[in-house]
Amino acid sequence: MPQFDPTFFAPQLFWLLLTFVTLYVLMNTVALPKIGAVLEERQRKIDDNLDKAAHLKAEAEAAVAAYERALSESRAHAHAVIKEASDRLAHEADERNRALAARLAEQIKAGEVRINQAKTEALANVRDVAADVAGSIVARLVGSDADAGRLQTAVASALEEHGK
Amino acid sequence: MANPIDQFKIQPLVPLNVGGLDISFTNSAAMMVLSIGLITLFLTLSVRSRALVPGRWQSMAEIFYEFIAGMLRDNVGSEGRKYFPFIFTLFMFVLFGNVLGMIPFPVIGFTYTSHVIVTFAMALVVFTGVTIIGFARHGTHYLRMFFPEGAPIATAVILIPIELISYFSRPFSLAVRLFANMTVGHIILKVMGGFVVSLGAFYLVPGVVPFAFLSAITVLEFGIALLQAYVFTILSCIYLHDAIHMH
Repeated sequence: MPQFDPTFFAPQLFWLLLTFVTLYVLMNTVALPKIGAVLEERQRKIDDNLDKAAHLKAEAEAAVAAYERALSESRAHAHAVIKEASDRLAHEADERNRALAARLAEQIKAGEVRINQAKTEALANVRDVAADVAGSIVARLVGSDADAGRLQTAVASALEEHGK
Repeated sequence: MANPIDQFKIQPLVPLNVGGLDISFTNSAAMMVLSIGLITLFLTLSVRSRALVPGRWQSMAEIFYEFIAGMLRDNVGSEGRKYFPFIFTLFMFVLFGNVLGMIPFPVIGFTYTSHVIVTFAMALVVFTGVTIIGFARHGTHYLRMFFPEGAPIATAVILIPIELISYFSRPFSLAVRLFANMTVGHIILKVMGGFVVSLGAFYLVPGVVPFAFLSAITVLEFGIALLQAYVFTILSCIYLHDAIHMH
């Protein structure tokens, strides 16, 4: 077999050494750093983007939290305002009701007093009118004026007789 | 029919002699030069655009890079980082030798990994380097490689010779594995090719059978070309791991 023929061992080893060392130098100084740089750059970019994404996500979450806090705060505030307003209105209505009732009661009382006065006045008038009427009737029937004192007593007794 | 051994013959293309040393530029040397040229062109041109999203060629270069980097990381660990250029060079040199050897170039068509002197030289460099790294890291403690801690002292008589033999047979097994695989594969290809020609010249049908077999063997040989480059490199990584971490 030609593999075991030592004639070409020397040139084989020489060219192997030369090409292998050349390849090693080329790989070590040119090819591998280049590929490594490309891979590293890609990894860095990916990491950067992931970082950015995480940052944006955190920001978005903070915004959502702030929004929800603001929402719940304003809701609570609105509740408080509504409750305060309805309390105040209910109080006012109560007060007004009471005032109105008091005024009405007063007016009713005044009305009753007036009615009583009118009644007594009317009753007094009735006696005078009755005496006048009776006097006229007597004058017409008898032809002369009746005694005023007796007329008064007669009317009074007639009124009493009718329970007035 | 050509002798299937002829394909391993070295032919000097440019006879050179420097100071009594024969350094003729042979077909083997031509293939070595071609292979390192192709490797360098491939790995530099493909990443020239430095694309963020790699194209086909750049992807391939990156796959090679990450494949070897991953192999070194898995088998040796982070201390293996500084030997990455050497391991990478070793892998590419063997791989291109194997694969280019499958292509029948005119005149220079040759598989330099089918020559035991070439594979043995590479194996010896790996073996010597690994041994030096082992002694440099662990000093005389590296001799513990041949007698593991905790083994009963009585077993030393058997254990030490076995460990010594297994250690010193490493360069031979490494060299012979690659050389034998390449040589045998190429002989089979040549013999089959001979059958196709000699049988097909007389009858068409008997020529088809060895041709089908030859096609299958060719596929297999491409697989072996890749696999043996991988095996050579991963064994070097494992030896390196032993030297750095011991057992």
